[in-house]
Amino acid sequence: MTSAITCQNVRVGYGPLNVLRGVSFDIPVGQGVVLLGANGCGKSTLMRSLNGLEKLQSGKIIIHGASLTDATRRDLRQIRRGMGYVFQQFNLVPQLSAFQNVLLGAMGRHRLGILACLGLTAPAGERARAMACLERVGMADRARHRPTELSGGQQQRVAIARMLMQAPKVVIADEPIASLDPKAGREVLDLLWQIVREEGLSMLCTLHQLDLAQEYADRIIGMKAGRVEIDAAIADTDMTQMNALYSGMTRVDAQPTGEAA
Amino acid sequence: MSKAPSIPPRFRAPSALTWVLVVGFAAFFIQGLIASNISIDRLVRGANNLVRFIGQAVPPDFSRAPNIADAMLETLNIAIVGVTFGCLLSIPLALLAARNTAPNAMIRTLARFIISVSRTVPDLIWALIFVVTVGLGPLAGILAIIMDTIGFAARFYSERFEEVQKGPSEALTSTGAGRLSVIFGAILPESFASMTATSLFSVEKAIRSAVTLGLVGAGGIGVELSTAMRLFRYDQAAAIILVILVVVIVFEHISSSIRKRII
Repeated sequence: MTSAITCQNVRVGYGPLNVLRGVSFDIPVGQGVVLLGANGCGKSTLMRSLNGLEKLQSGKIIIHGASLTDATRRDLRQIRRGMGYVFQQFNLVPQLSAFQNVLLGAMGRHRLGILACLGLTAPAGERARAMACLERVGMADRARHRPTELSGGQQQRVAIARMLMQAPKVVIADEPIASLDPKAGREVLDLLWQIVREEGLSMLCTLHQLDLAQEYADRIIGMKAGRVEIDAAIADTDMTQMNALYSGMTRVDAQPTGEAA
Repeated sequence: MSKAPSIPPRFRAPSALTWVLVVGFAAFFIQGLIASNISIDRLVRGANNLVRFIGQAVPPDFSRAPNIADAMLETLNIAIVGVTFGCLLSIPLALLAARNTAPNAMIRTLARFIISVSRTVPDLIWALIFVVTVGLGPLAGILAIIMDTIGFAARFYSERFEEVQKGPSEALTSTGAGRLSVIFGAILPESFASMTATSLFSVEKAIRSAVTLGLVGAGGIGVELSTAMRLFRYDQAAAIILVILVVVIVFEHISSSIRKRII
């Protein structure tokens, strides 16, 4: 079985603060993993590292056989092209229509970048594709709306359509439903996992709802204070074990008032 | 053991630096009053002269209206052409000067230096420089307006770029898009409304400065005005001043109503 994401003893720090203290795991292609952990345990830093947004102190990250650690800027862009990212805050461009936002997802795939992704100049094929992506997330009728005119759940759907437009092999979802209400959150999560399963993608998704994690994930990785504490198939985890992730020394800075999430 | 915090005092002694600044300012102010030789007598005479000027200026003489219209049109031309080029040139400069879009620190410092030079040198001085280099006439005015606009617009554009939310650009970067694509896909659209407002401000500013540029021979209605003043034709000067007033006010109204719509 080939690996989608491999982390080998990854260490990341900011100044004197060690955030990731030797994180290792391996996600095979097609597996859906939920990453759990309290605020400030290093989850977000790990997610950002996987996208090449953080510099590793030591260790190795390999995405579909390509090493992030010693990637040139060109390689890095190539790796990012194959990695869809779903954000907690959706991160749509507020001034552009949903359709245009989805089109921008294709930017990495084109030599001409922006020119191939503007509503005005994009090839007909890409325009049709963007519309199909919106259709798939049930937002085709909102194509001309701006993100500000959409609800949080709808914005996250558009963001998922943008991710689909990118045609990634791996999906990183950083608390995709943390800013949504429970109902919208569940709908978005349903959609996200359904798409991931249908496309045969691999996913690493952080969540704060243990019940949802148990329901959707193939496997749970639990982090505590910058280390992997739990790494087990869903059948082998139980609530007490998961709840333990949130008690005691959970934060990397070990100060209850600091913010490092 | 802790003591209850006492009530803050009503008055806090100012720091030494505050004293130095206040005393320094006061000294300059008094010295300025003395040096400019202000006396009640001169103010009274000035008021008399003002009355005489107004007496000669009223009624305004519009007999040269066609010339005034021509000169006003030239002023507007200078302003619009100058501001358009100024704003267009400001965009790349601002991108090079903003922290989040500059390729490296050296280029950023250089771009900021160019912007601050074009801002610190006043428009009339730019006009004087260009009158010397390209000769009298509207071209000098246009160049002066371009420099003046860059100093203003590029600075505000780059500040706007730096305030852009990080999220959308990060999202596009994470799709593997290049730097230019991220700028055009996320940063420029996000800044567009504020850039339009800044550009409209530049138009207002440019019309006001284009009016005065003529005083140093850089074309436009200022030439007419300074001629009329020098010939003591205060009635003609009054007509010109009225026309300037109307045009500037009309433009400010148009631009502020556009600005209200887009923000």
